[in-house]
Amino acid sequence: MKRIGVFICHCGINIKDTVDVERLTQELETYPGVTYIENYMFMCSDPGQNNIKNAIREHKLDGVVVAACSPTLHESTFQTVLKESGLNEFQLEIANIREQCSWVHNDIEQGTHKARLIVKTAIEKLKLNESLYPVSAPVTKKALVVGGGISGIQAALDIADAGFQVIMVEKKPSIGGHMIQLSETFPTLDCSQCILTPKMVALSKHKNIKLYVNSEVVSVDGYIGNFNVKIKQRALYVDPDKCNLCDDCTEVCPVLVPNEQEEGLAWRKAIYIPFPQAIPATYTLDVDHCLGLEPIACGKCREKCTAGAINYDAKDKIIEEEVGAVIVATGFDLYPVENIPEYGYGKYPDVITSLQFERILSATGPTGGEIYRPSDGKVPKEIVFVQCSGSRDPEHHLSYCSKICCMYTLKHAKLYKHKIHNGQPYIFYIDIRAGGKRYEEFVQQAVSEEGIVYIRGKVAKIYKEGDKMIVMGMDTLSGKKIEIKADLVVLAMGIVPSEGSHDLVKTLKINTDDKGFLSEAHPKLRPVESLQAGFYLAGTSQGPRDIPDSVSQASGAASKVLALLSSDKIYHSPIIASVDKDLCSGCTICVGTCPYGARELDEVTKVVEVNEILCEGCGACISACPSGAAQQKNLTDNQIDNMIKIIASGK
Amino acid sequence: MKDFEPKIVCFLCKWCTYSGADLAGTSRMKYPPNGVVIKTLCSSRVDPQHVMLAFSEGCDGVFIGGCHPGDCHYQSGNYKTKRRVILLKKVLEQLGLNTNRLRLEWISASEGKKFAETMKEFTEEIKKLGPIPKIGCK
Repeated sequence: MKRIGVFICHCGINIKDTVDVERLTQELETYPGVTYIENYMFMCSDPGQNNIKNAIREHKLDGVVVAACSPTLHESTFQTVLKESGLNEFQLEIANIREQCSWVHNDIEQGTHKARLIVKTAIEKLKLNESLYPVSAPVTKKALVVGGGISGIQAALDIADAGFQVIMVEKKPSIGGHMIQLSETFPTLDCSQCILTPKMVALSKHKNIKLYVNSEVVSVDGYIGNFNVKIKQRALYVDPDKCNLCDDCTEVCPVLVPNEQEEGLAWRKAIYIPFPQAIPATYTLDVDHCLGLEPIACGKCREKCTAGAINYDAKDKIIEEEVGAVIVATGFDLYPVENIPEYGYGKYPDVITSLQFERILSATGPTGGEIYRPSDGKVPKEIVFVQCSGSRDPEHHLSYCSKICCMYTLKHAKLYKHKIHNGQPYIFYIDIRAGGKRYEEFVQQAVSEEGIVYIRGKVAKIYKEGDKMIVMGMDTLSGKKIEIKADLVVLAMGIVPSEGSHDLVKTLKINTDDKGFLSEAHPKLRPVESLQAGFYLAGTSQGPRDIPDSVSQASGAASKVLALLSSDKIYHSPIIASVDKDLCSGCTICVGTCPYGARELDEVTKVVEVNEILCEGCGACISACPSGAAQQKNLTDNQIDNMIKIIASGK
Repeated sequence: MKDFEPKIVCFLCKWCTYSGADLAGTSRMKYPPNGVVIKTLCSSRVDPQHVMLAFSEGCDGVFIGGCHPGDCHYQSGNYKTKRRVILLKKVLEQLGLNTNRLRLEWISASEGKKFAETMKEFTEEIKKLGPIPKIGCK
């Protein structure tokens, strides 16, 4: 049997006042397994620790129970004592007789009795403790960033600047995300492109970053520190190295397609550059609309390209990469505006979305920054902004707040007033949420100086009368019905996870919340980590947020990745699940129970195996196992049963 | 005659309820000494067999404490615990045991007061129910 030493702490008077430590020491002296027992004023002090070290040596102890304060305080202190004495740190048990005994009881009889039970359960557990060693695995010092918006760009630059390799995968032909579509940004009204394009260029020129556009992650295998990633890069019909951006190809292309970058407010050709500052700086060919891929049908751009950059025979490529960590920054989309038919989007060209209005405001947009309404190019003299379009409406649409609409709508109204001085903006709102730094000041200045009319209420219906849009709503402050004749209506649409992120989370096997946004490991304390080790979250993939928050979170995620990549090996608590192969019937109940995908049926042996790096040790699988084959190291069923028996005995 | 002092096993998850119990201690809140704690990493580690063993060995009550819904450190462990407790109560019923002898509560690390009050309440309740009758499932 194990030679156990029990060390009871007085903690000055903290324990001694309600637990008779002398009596407890005498009573437990003869308890089976106890080789040595002592009590001392302060076990955590240097002399206290030395007492334990000496006892381990003199009495050849191979297990230690310290009856003292909560393990939260000094478990690691005493683990170090064991290690320094040549014992495995998992041969330590802490009996919490302070926080959960002496401090919550007044009566010394009761306290001593309960302390005895607590120490005995610790001894019983310790008797069956194994010596364990942290699970370790090597780390591939390279990161994958999925998504090339501002969050992905920031995270990639942070990691690359620290000297590690980064692979960035972007679905679209250029990085930049939604931010590159924006005109000015709140609350400083600085131009979005002015602050973003330098970062995009820095990324494209960074020696540690490899960028794959037109690409998607198709599979991720492995575990934290060691992922194998397969990336599908769609055929590059234009060789970026040869393309010299002369623009001759677009002139001859006969195909017109609505321009995604301009939110459909302009046209582009089937061969095009997404926007002049696109990164990588190259033209791209839209395979779905190009005629040249059909033999003989077209081929004009290839004929015209003197650089010889166009190749219609290009093929999709599968690229394999090994990485240690993955940052997911897949961004957002607007809530489908078709879901709100009463607002007339699609039916009336002068009802537009907030992103479309961004393009109208933008100096690089389809109107060169002049404000014209889409239907007839007239300058809108009255304009209505509808906040919470599709958000904060649990009965019909999205239940949650999109967080940024209050601010960008006000920005829209301000920029409109700066350009159309005699114009009148109206904003329908439910509440104004301006919690960011200098946001409230931004709102107050607009309300007092800019002549923007705020109407508290929701818009019920939008329809056309003559060349005016009639916006019908309710002013809930006065209780009156409101009807505004407007030239243009801008809907501040709700925010949803980006299209395709749904498939990606399945590929990555990471979790989302009930809204489809990525789930963080802990809502307050681990906001940039996924529950699945090795995956980190940034930006609006996790929920609606503004640029400063996205950038901060991206840097936060990058710092977590850097901590991981800076180590040669990752270590993991060994208090994890195991499988008794002789008992396992391969029923796979545990496989479905594991939230981490750490359990897998070996198809040959028909026995379930635990991936020790993925297992977090919750123990849900163990309680689900019908045959007792699943066990938790150092918290086995036997250990728990023996502890229960002590408590049931009442002695 | 000496008052009946119930024997109670408390399974507490490390992240929420165990920390809540610690907070009750550091706040010097008083509660009856009948519950003795077995710490698990997650409430979902509590095997229904442990609960049955506790009752068959003569414990008068079993308490399980976990994180609030949505706060589980292991994502969904507490939901699994909830389902298991619902089923366990049905088993207790069939054995003729009062289902109140088994209690599941969500107590966070900041709810030291709730832990102390729950311990008081639960101990009182078990006192009223009296000692556990013998059940033959050893």
